[in-house]
Amino acid sequence: MKSADLRVPAVGPDSVPHQARLFELWEGAGGIAGFLGSVDHKQIGVRYIVTAFIFLVLGGLEALLMRLQLAGPDRSLLTPEQYNQLFSTHGMTMIFLYASPVLSGFSNYLWPLLLGSRDMAFPRLNAFGYWVYLASGIFLYVGFLTGNGANDGWFNYVPYASRPYNPGLNEDFYSLGMVFLGISTSVGAANFIVTAFRTRAPGMSIDRLPILVWGTLTASVANLIVVPAVSLAFLMLWMDRQFGTQFFNTAGGGQPLLWQHLFWIFGHPWVYAIVLPAMGMVSDGLPVFCRRPLVGYSLVAVSTVATMILGFGVWVHHMFATGLPGIGMSFFSAASIAITVPSAIGVFAWLATIRFGKPVITTAFLFFSSMIILFVIGGVSGFMTASVPVDWQLTDTYFVVAHLHYVLIGINLFPVVGAIYFWFPKMRGRMLDEKLGRWNFWTMFIGFNLAFLPMHLTGLMGMPRRVYTYAPDMGWNTLNLITTIGSFVFATGVLLLFVNILRSWSRGRPASDNPWDAPTLEWSVPSPPPPYNFAVIPTVASRHPLWEGRVPSAERSSISQGMLLDVGKETIGTTALDAQPDMILEMPEDSLAPVVLALGLAGVFTGLIMKAWVVTAISTALLAVALLWWLWPRRSLREREPADG
Amino acid sequence: MAEAVPVQPAALPVGPIGRRGVGWWGVGTLVASEAALFAYLLFSYFYLCATAGSDWLLEPTPSLRVALPNTVLLLASSLAAWWGERGVLTQRRKQALWGFGIACLMGTVFALVQLHEWRTKGFGIGTSSYGSLYFLTTGLHEAHVLVGVLILATIFVWTALDYFSPRRRLSVSAGVLYWHFVDGVWLFVFTTYYLTPYLGFGR
Repeated sequence: MKSADLRVPAVGPDSVPHQARLFELWEGAGGIAGFLGSVDHKQIGVRYIVTAFIFLVLGGLEALLMRLQLAGPDRSLLTPEQYNQLFSTHGMTMIFLYASPVLSGFSNYLWPLLLGSRDMAFPRLNAFGYWVYLASGIFLYVGFLTGNGANDGWFNYVPYASRPYNPGLNEDFYSLGMVFLGISTSVGAANFIVTAFRTRAPGMSIDRLPILVWGTLTASVANLIVVPAVSLAFLMLWMDRQFGTQFFNTAGGGQPLLWQHLFWIFGHPWVYAIVLPAMGMVSDGLPVFCRRPLVGYSLVAVSTVATMILGFGVWVHHMFATGLPGIGMSFFSAASIAITVPSAIGVFAWLATIRFGKPVITTAFLFFSSMIILFVIGGVSGFMTASVPVDWQLTDTYFVVAHLHYVLIGINLFPVVGAIYFWFPKMRGRMLDEKLGRWNFWTMFIGFNLAFLPMHLTGLMGMPRRVYTYAPDMGWNTLNLITTIGSFVFATGVLLLFVNILRSWSRGRPASDNPWDAPTLEWSVPSPPPPYNFAVIPTVASRHPLWEGRVPSAERSSISQGMLLDVGKETIGTTALDAQPDMILEMPEDSLAPVVLALGLAGVFTGLIMKAWVVTAISTALLAVALLWWLWPRRSLREREPADG
Repeated sequence: MAEAVPVQPAALPVGPIGRRGVGWWGVGTLVASEAALFAYLLFSYFYLCATAGSDWLLEPTPSLRVALPNTVLLLASSLAAWWGERGVLTQRRKQALWGFGIACLMGTVFALVQLHEWRTKGFGIGTSSYGSLYFLTTGLHEAHVLVGVLILATIFVWTALDYFSPRRRLSVSAGVLYWHFVDGVWLFVFTTYYLTPYLGFGR
């Protein structure tokens, strides 16, 4: 082999000239081209988070409008069609455009920092995933803002979604938009999987991974396999509507239940995908404030994976009321009930961590620990509906709405807000205000429970979900009014979060490298981290490299000395399980190919919805050129010979 | 607190050497996801087949006269691509060009024959759910063949430009892996649509 093919990486201490050299190599360009071409995981992560929160606000405003309509009986603020589009768009926004992308954002930002690496495995793919997410979100909202929003609920059952019953473009926007968004989810999942297995700091064997990495890795494996199911379902629906295919049309030998199967084969693993990373945030964040390592690390890691494995086998529990054979329902009911075992392991691990620790009450601690309560409430109501007869009574009532909000707000939004309090100092270099934080937490917590706890009762009393109004003599008036008041209190709480971020953005107390005295690698680098993350690649000897000496650990990690890797834009590639150095990875420079590719895709889908085939054809050609440009073997990445010519 | 001695690795490969590189894993995840897509298509076939009446199959005895030789042709193209990759590995550029060129040509012929096969079908995409699924499944596969042919053509050009050596050739191996997938998944589609009716499924 030529000498350029092999190199012994220099090992040494961190130093100022070394940092300057790395800064030169890793700092992205400024200006618009620099913005559009950035492949820095930290920038991309923040973009994901900001965009997801914009969608959270939109989905929240839609919810508030609906709550005004439902505040009392027989109100006429919204027409039935407006209400249909609002509840469908609200669900679509929160589930697909907020809950998953916000976790992708945190994982994008945090993973390389947690793993002791300088970027994700595929930085350009990372940028591409974000641009596609943004473009598909805009695509879906163009539908909504032109009166063509989804109007059949987020799970969009046929035949109501079929053309004879739904002649507008509403379902076409939803169908194509979801296929479009699925591309972003899939490439993001692929990137997380390869990153987790190939770009960890030496010594970070899989039994030393932070639980957040376990959570996102598990979710990513699931997404990679199940997203094609929903993309296929939406493609079939669009073809049924526009090209006269018969997939879901009984008159043509089709089967409406095929939609439900394909949707929920995706849908149930997906709901775990949007909570497991958030549970990982709690598993990593809560112990910091309990001043001790997580109790039962291995059990929690294994139960994360077990939840998803079981989660592949429960999709039919969304379909108990469709007249399926009893034996099938029994199987899926049993699997759904069995999921409580790994879930309970997590709960007991968190409780034991608090019980055996010395909790320091901070805003982040309050958000993380309150999640345990909300998870138990949402888990128990889910466990109830896993039982077939109970589900028959409760399906399509507000009980299910209460359940899913406890699960999604309780296990996604509360941990996410906790994560903002926890990691904002790292991202911005400034602390959020703790006093305002308390107001933020209690307003959200009280408002949330005020809105959604009584909703269980509304459901038990028989109020169906997705009705735009109700008669005054049903006995639902007071409960609905309480829910509306609670929802506005909750929204005020979320507003306080934004106030806190805006106030602390430039005026917050400066944050040190490790303001919470936390144990993991991201706290060993400056706040905010430099473009190259780690000046030297750390060598990891335990699960909590920054707590060694305080908690039992035989070995010491090496933080301030390690591989320098300052010859080019480089990071280390390690073996999949025990993270031994395996190769030096050449990282790509900033590139406009991802954003051009995403624009090409946007053109393809715009052409499809307008049936402007010329637009689709031209955009496809643009796609092919951008892809060729992206994949062209480069000397700088050593993808071709001569490597040193 | 005394820090441990950092890891001091021996000489490490710089950039992708052989198949060793994150790109190889990346194509692996792509193939896994695409395989899942075809699994859902076949799930839809068997689900509709099982829940529909006995006359669901529009072709209870599908003709194998064109489909079988075409399948053999596609599988043979995988061999040609593999032979081309061997050419890169053994630094025989001519063999590599022949291999990729023949594979590309065979893929193109397969795609054209498939167009012909569609035209001879006595049903259309809107005739029934069977027709819809047949054309969607084979159509999506056809799209994958077209992408694969373009990839093979690109690899051909890159090889002609003398980009690769036995060490620096991840692009070649990744592209050929994709082509193997396109051929392999066709076996499942072919078995489902052309062979299982003879085994009694859906009749």
